[in-house]
Amino acid sequence: MRALHRKALRDLWRIRGQALAISVVIGAGVAMYITMLSTFDSLRLTQQTYYDRYRFAEVFAGAKRAPQRLAQRIADVPGVRRVATRVVAEVTLDVAGMDEPVVGRLIAIPGRRTGGELNDLAILEGRYLEPDRFDEVLVNEGFAGAHGLGPGDAVTALINGRRRRLEIVGLALSPEYVYTVRPGEWLPDDRRFGLLWMNGRALATAFDMEGGFNDVALTLMPGASEPEVIAAVDRLLDPWGGRGGIPRSQQMSHWWLNDQLTQLESMGKVVPLIFLGVGALLLTIVLNRIVAVQRAQVGSLKALGYSNREIGWHYVIWGVAVAVAGAVLGTAAGTWLGRGLTVWHNDFFRFPFLIYRVTAPTVLGATAISFAAALLGTVSAVRRAVGLPPAEAMRPEAPGSYHRTWVERVGLGALLTEPARMILRNLQRRPWRATASVVGIAFAGALMVLGMFSLDGMDEMMDVQFNVAQRQDATVTFVEPQPAAAVYEVGRLPGVMVAESARNVPVRLRLGHRSRQAAITGLAADARLNRAIDASLRPVVLPPAGLVLSSKMAEVLGAGAGDVVTVEVLEGARPVRRVPVAGVVDEYFGMSAYMEIDALRRLLREGGSLSGAYLQVDEGRAAVLYRQLKELPAVAGVSFKAATIQSFNETIKGAVWISILFYVVFAGIIAVGVVYNAARVSLSERAHELASLRVLGFTRAEISFILLGELAILTLLAVPLGLLLGWVLSALTVSAYETEIYRLPLVISPRTLAMSAITVLAAALLSGLAVRRRLDRLDLVEVLKVRE
Amino acid sequence: MPGASEATAPPADGLARPVFRARGVTKVYHVGEVDVHALRGIDLELGSGEFAVLLGPSGSGKSTLLNILGGLDVPTAGEVFFHDRELTAAGERELTRYRRRHVGFVFQFYNLIPSLTARENVALVTEISADPLPPEEALAVVDLADRLDHFPAQLSGGEQQRVAIARAIAKRPEVLLCDEPTGALDITTGVVVLEAIERVNREFGTTTAVITHNAAIARMADRVIRLADGRIAASQRNAEKVAPRELEW
Repeated sequence: MRALHRKALRDLWRIRGQALAISVVIGAGVAMYITMLSTFDSLRLTQQTYYDRYRFAEVFAGAKRAPQRLAQRIADVPGVRRVATRVVAEVTLDVAGMDEPVVGRLIAIPGRRTGGELNDLAILEGRYLEPDRFDEVLVNEGFAGAHGLGPGDAVTALINGRRRRLEIVGLALSPEYVYTVRPGEWLPDDRRFGLLWMNGRALATAFDMEGGFNDVALTLMPGASEPEVIAAVDRLLDPWGGRGGIPRSQQMSHWWLNDQLTQLESMGKVVPLIFLGVGALLLTIVLNRIVAVQRAQVGSLKALGYSNREIGWHYVIWGVAVAVAGAVLGTAAGTWLGRGLTVWHNDFFRFPFLIYRVTAPTVLGATAISFAAALLGTVSAVRRAVGLPPAEAMRPEAPGSYHRTWVERVGLGALLTEPARMILRNLQRRPWRATASVVGIAFAGALMVLGMFSLDGMDEMMDVQFNVAQRQDATVTFVEPQPAAAVYEVGRLPGVMVAESARNVPVRLRLGHRSRQAAITGLAADARLNRAIDASLRPVVLPPAGLVLSSKMAEVLGAGAGDVVTVEVLEGARPVRRVPVAGVVDEYFGMSAYMEIDALRRLLREGGSLSGAYLQVDEGRAAVLYRQLKELPAVAGVSFKAATIQSFNETIKGAVWISILFYVVFAGIIAVGVVYNAARVSLSERAHELASLRVLGFTRAEISFILLGELAILTLLAVPLGLLLGWVLSALTVSAYETEIYRLPLVISPRTLAMSAITVLAAALLSGLAVRRRLDRLDLVEVLKVRE
Repeated sequence: MPGASEATAPPADGLARPVFRARGVTKVYHVGEVDVHALRGIDLELGSGEFAVLLGPSGSGKSTLLNILGGLDVPTAGEVFFHDRELTAAGERELTRYRRRHVGFVFQFYNLIPSLTARENVALVTEISADPLPPEEALAVVDLADRLDHFPAQLSGGEQQRVAIARAIAKRPEVLLCDEPTGALDITTGVVVLEAIERVNREFGTTTAVITHNAAIARMADRVIRLADGRIAASQRNAEKVAPRELEW
């Protein structure tokens, strides 16, 4: 090895603490990049493999009841490859240990497996159905897990008014339900929603659907036009109560899964930049100091005949070493964390298998950004070393030029002690370095805010959703629309304090060439329970006519107030109407459309029908109410606010806290990295000065004050800047993450601000203490002997 | 007036080809708002193999002159030739090549690389030279064959300075430029260092210039050049060179 390389390695070893701190910061960025992108890649690959292997359909459509012979006509539509028709029905389940009714979705499957079924099941436990046993079901793994059910157990379903015992023979997963959530809900709730796959003939018999179907799934030929196929299928199903076909991209489970994957990918590309930026900043500070310390060495190397290129390269090697260490540490940590994050996602997304992989492009990308950060961090030091004139480099550096600070110039100087003056003048002398340190520390605080604000946003969303907008305790959904008087019947049930009419109508909204499946929610203008809420959290008074769209829906349709939208009703007499958009309301949750309930009824040319009811329930009598609701055949399902909130707390909040812990660690890495390096650089510059003060009789505490006071000022300046920076990054994230499903409100709670400040201060304190120990060990005689 | 030392040190009047020729060398530093005239028109020639001592108080400009001869610095005015090559017309790249091939430097504070051993400090130079002495051999010349693997911090000041000399001569330079080589040393160690320099000059025929403010050292030179206030005050040839061991200061 060349002597100059040996020098670089030994010098690096001498500052290994600082070099490691920088490598860890860069490594943290690499780790985040690899964690998120490998999770993204893995879930994407798992998704695709799952879809391929289990033949996930590409177009989905429903009807009220279509004759089986229509299947062949659908199959003949140009572009259709395969067709699977079936019966799907929702029922109330009675599960041991649950007061509340549980919604079960019964899905028909063939009695005998032929291989090659669309949306095929992955059986995790137990077996497939016996061909002639009509009382056997397979249930989804999540539901079975939530209730401790397994093969051999049974559930009772209320089918067409009759209680039927269904025997569980196996646990299964389906590519249609990777994210298992009921329509209208947005969180999985395995305790209250289950999937039951049942013999198709048995299901048809039970629901009087023999010779017919109400659900169809298709795959397409390569190159087939999805919209054309959907339009053709819709035309075929229309006479049979067609509910409008949707492409895979709007299929509930797929929609959520893709939304999550998109977030992971964009987060994975943005967050690491913070670390790499800070890493580059740190390397700049430290290497510049190294070059300053090695001034005379640089001078003598030049005197010995080393060229600028060789000397520049010598300092680039430092950056390369830091980058290599960062890439190695980060890749190892990122691979480990990525595997964990991938497995952890399986709590929300149910895959029968997980493929974890870290792709070469991911690792190469991570390595490349690690090197980019490190090399960026060497630029200024290399330029400095190259630019040093050799004769001057070997002379001792002139004393730094200090000036009176602005604090002194405005006449506050008298208030300062000499050590305080030293702190301020030193900060003023190197304003860029001080700024770099402040910005670096601020990024640690900003990262905390960025990590935690999503929790605040979700809290806000829950609060608005359940305390301002949907104030009902329970929502009852009927199997079929009921006459208006049904709301009074519901109101008379035990424990019901208030019942309000709910009318949801499945529609397709069209404007120009854009269209979208949706439901119009009919609300009374004076509704007290369920209300539409605008961005300023005031209830929207629905106008006597016209549609009110959520801003996301308006955006998807390209509609604004005054535009006339075509509404194709997908139930009953299926009228097609043209309705003006009366207004757009800014909502956190995506795709809604509202109408005043009477206006909606006029639109449908119907009397006072309702599709469900919103209830305010007397908590003490809730159990009685739930038992009664379970027995009512007209009730398709009930959802409960308390249950949703509980489910939210159990799943999402738990998850968010794990990620907060993650962010605390990573923000801590940044803060420690910056403060520790700033302190070491300061100590290296001022050891002589501080030792001289000790010789003059200053105590350890007094000289510590001079050094650590400087760090304290930097940290205190960084905290508010970090909060501000965090707010900006959060705002950027919010606008980048806005999806069709929801838009996180930009709310930053005092708790988040406090956590951010505490993390930064604690990390700074720890680093300060580490340096303080070095100050205590300052060898006075040795320091004074060293030539400046 | 031929003397005993004239054989190795031709007169500097241009009869033999000089190694260095400097004409009207001026150097002005701008320090803050004041101009410091470090050199005010120096004319100088150094002959091949000559051992010259540049004597003068601090601030007399001797270090500046040495740095200019060594290609570390460039004059504000005047010209300097190394053989036929005009150093004052050379760019940064060419000066680097000049230092790399022809010049050995020894500094007052040794300027060794603290993280490299004695052998490695010498290797630093031999690795970039065309026909160097092996580092071990260079260190043997300065009697440090038994200290090869010591780091600078493990060596005494005199030993460090001898490593610096070994490092300077390992490339077999044509000129050896020493800036206060004994400035940081006591008499005994100073003598050992001077003996090493003298031996290099004698055995390798290396043109040697030593800067010092210590007049006693002047007696070991072929020629003594006195500087004062940026000018050459006097240049005289020693009739007889004294061995370092016999110097007194």
